[in-house]
Amino acid sequence: MPAVTETIDTVQSVTEGTYKWGFETEIEMEFAPKGLNEDIVRFISKKKNEPQWLLDWRLKAFAIWQKMEEPRWPAVTYPPIDYQDAYYYAAPANKVKPKSLDEVDPELLRTYAKLGIPLKEQAILAGVEGAGDVPAEGGRMPIAVDAVFDSVSVATSYKERLGKEGIIFCAISEAVEKYPDLVRQYLGTVVPQGDNFYAALNSAVFTDGSFVYIPKGVRCPMELSTYFRINAKSTGQFERTLIIADEGSTVSYLEGCTAPMRDENQLHAAVVELVALDDARIKYSTVQNWYPGDAEGKGGIYNFVTKRAQCRGKRSKVSWTQVETGSAITWKYPSCVLLGDDSVGEFYSVAITNNRQQADTGTKMIHVGKRTTSTIVSKGISAGRGQNTYRGLVRVAPTASNARNFTQCDSLLIGDQCGAHTVPYIENRCMTAKTEHEATTSRIAEDQLFYCRQRGLSEEDAVGLIVNGFCREVLKELPMEFAVEAQKLLQISLEGSVG
Amino acid sequence: MLKIEGLTAEVEGKQILKGIDLEVPVGEVHAIMGPNGSGKSTLSYVLSGREGYEITGGSVTFAGQDLLALEPEERAASGLFLAFQYPVELPGVGNALFLRTALNAVRKARGEPELDAMQFLKVARERLKALQIGEDMLKRGVNVGFSGGEKKRNEVLQMALLQPKLAILDETDSGLDIDALKIVSDGVNALRGPGFSALVITHYQRLLDYIVPDRVHVLMGGRIVQSGGPELAKQLEAEGYASVQAAA
Repeated sequence: MPAVTETIDTVQSVTEGTYKWGFETEIEMEFAPKGLNEDIVRFISKKKNEPQWLLDWRLKAFAIWQKMEEPRWPAVTYPPIDYQDAYYYAAPANKVKPKSLDEVDPELLRTYAKLGIPLKEQAILAGVEGAGDVPAEGGRMPIAVDAVFDSVSVATSYKERLGKEGIIFCAISEAVEKYPDLVRQYLGTVVPQGDNFYAALNSAVFTDGSFVYIPKGVRCPMELSTYFRINAKSTGQFERTLIIADEGSTVSYLEGCTAPMRDENQLHAAVVELVALDDARIKYSTVQNWYPGDAEGKGGIYNFVTKRAQCRGKRSKVSWTQVETGSAITWKYPSCVLLGDDSVGEFYSVAITNNRQQADTGTKMIHVGKRTTSTIVSKGISAGRGQNTYRGLVRVAPTASNARNFTQCDSLLIGDQCGAHTVPYIENRCMTAKTEHEATTSRIAEDQLFYCRQRGLSEEDAVGLIVNGFCREVLKELPMEFAVEAQKLLQISLEGSVG
Repeated sequence: MLKIEGLTAEVEGKQILKGIDLEVPVGEVHAIMGPNGSGKSTLSYVLSGREGYEITGGSVTFAGQDLLALEPEERAASGLFLAFQYPVELPGVGNALFLRTALNAVRKARGEPELDAMQFLKVARERLKALQIGEDMLKRGVNVGFSGGEKKRNEVLQMALLQPKLAILDETDSGLDIDALKIVSDGVNALRGPGFSALVITHYQRLLDYIVPDRVHVLMGGRIVQSGGPELAKQLEAEGYASVQAAA
């Protein structure tokens, strides 16, 4: 092979070859006209057959957004975004809305098969149907999936099975149609339209996302998940997720995401709202694997996301776990507002930046109720020329007597051209509250790598092992099957970062 | 098994090994003794392929291969094991996972099937029992919070699992009390046989009471200055390295 071709192949295998989800699905799409104005907001609302109140809600958000400015405080740099140079609605062109999986475009089904996302419900073993736990074939717990492709939900599995328990799990646009009162009661109550620039944008143009309602006292019998896929060019994804856990209920929810490799930057600005009432528990896990751009920083997703939970009820608990490996830029702070007495907020995070990736991520824990407790464990890993910032706020109101917070921020550096930054804010207005903050910064030492290699591990396996060890406290919070995925992903994300 | 000819090496531009000639036949255990700064640890790192050691001349043949052309993990896969003087801590990495990953990496390279968690546990338990090491060793992070003796025992456990063709023990006796020394020595002796060779690097003769070598070499100033049988170690203990230096 000529040297030039060989070089090109080698470079490709090192840079592009590592992102295994970068293919594009060729399918007929329907777009809104490019750009953003009131008509586009009306277009989206009409596409979804929305009631007038929601259109008004969107238009109000749009008016707010027009007066707002992009936040400049994050420690990330990027060229100005032209919000008029993108599509705000893109959906597979279906003549009729598919009623079952059989009616979904086979090309879409192939896409999800290729991504390893199970859309088909696994056969439930005879005799155990209706039991609390439902083991599927092979003894594994089934996972209910809502698959969002660009701007629309294409399929949601196990809806009927969950319906027997009174659980609602569907696309948010479907929820608006079928359960308008529930949606109206909660939408925007955790993240109001004017909360921040991207939340306002999302409120104006959000398309799909998942809606979950767990009734009183119900323990959701399976993991719920949403899989987000950006496919179309020059398209932003603005999903909105709303999860309500009624009194005494429990739910574990997962989300995953991927996108094709493109030279352009694509915007993903989501809003996630969680509401936990008395004694309710929500566990929300994210494995974020948007296309990170190439080794030179070309392309990749801008992941500008607002996630917030309100622990409204007494003794309620919300736990965020995130593994952030993808995206060119990540800007997100999954937060907990601890209103109910004795409520609990947790945030476990792993954020990796390799090549030219930038991440400014962390959490806000707002203590309002008495004896509220929060735990923050953040693991930042920087490699290549990646920049990684932990930004966190712990605020204790005067009402939050005997509140407790523990924060631990660890940074790991690989190589000498990356950066790690920790920006913790603590605002304590309560005499009886206690907050603790611990932080460390370390490197993968040459002697650790050599030790592993002397035992037969390749350099990349050694880095993977050491990084997984570094992240262990966070990874163990993930549901079992996700944890395995996440471990592999950590290793893949760091390919080419040593040697 | 191992043949070193005219090996010279530098660290940060300073020549440390100045022409080493050494042959360890299959099934033999050789000891290398020498004062501090004679190049003992450099020799073990050069043989195992650590970065930062520049080889300026000579050759090393191991099991019929040009050892110096291989990456560290390839050397490990072909049967070379280094028991570290200062075993390294890997926080958050479970010892069982580490040992299984290492064992499977080596098995894969040898074309043997990899072991799953249950199969591995069975093998590991046998080795632990034979070495009189408690099972909790598997549950802890790799060398994290281990005492000096525990770290060395963990090295011997790894050696027993990986079953190398050649083990280099780099001052494994340093920092060991007499009980730990016995466990470590028993571990090495248990592996002795026609398929196993070892290079025991030590400062003191004490270890060689437990691991009796076939040959003893004295390394001074980057060269092997004297070789002999086990009695040479005893002579060094009695008369010190100065006597050898005078003779050389």
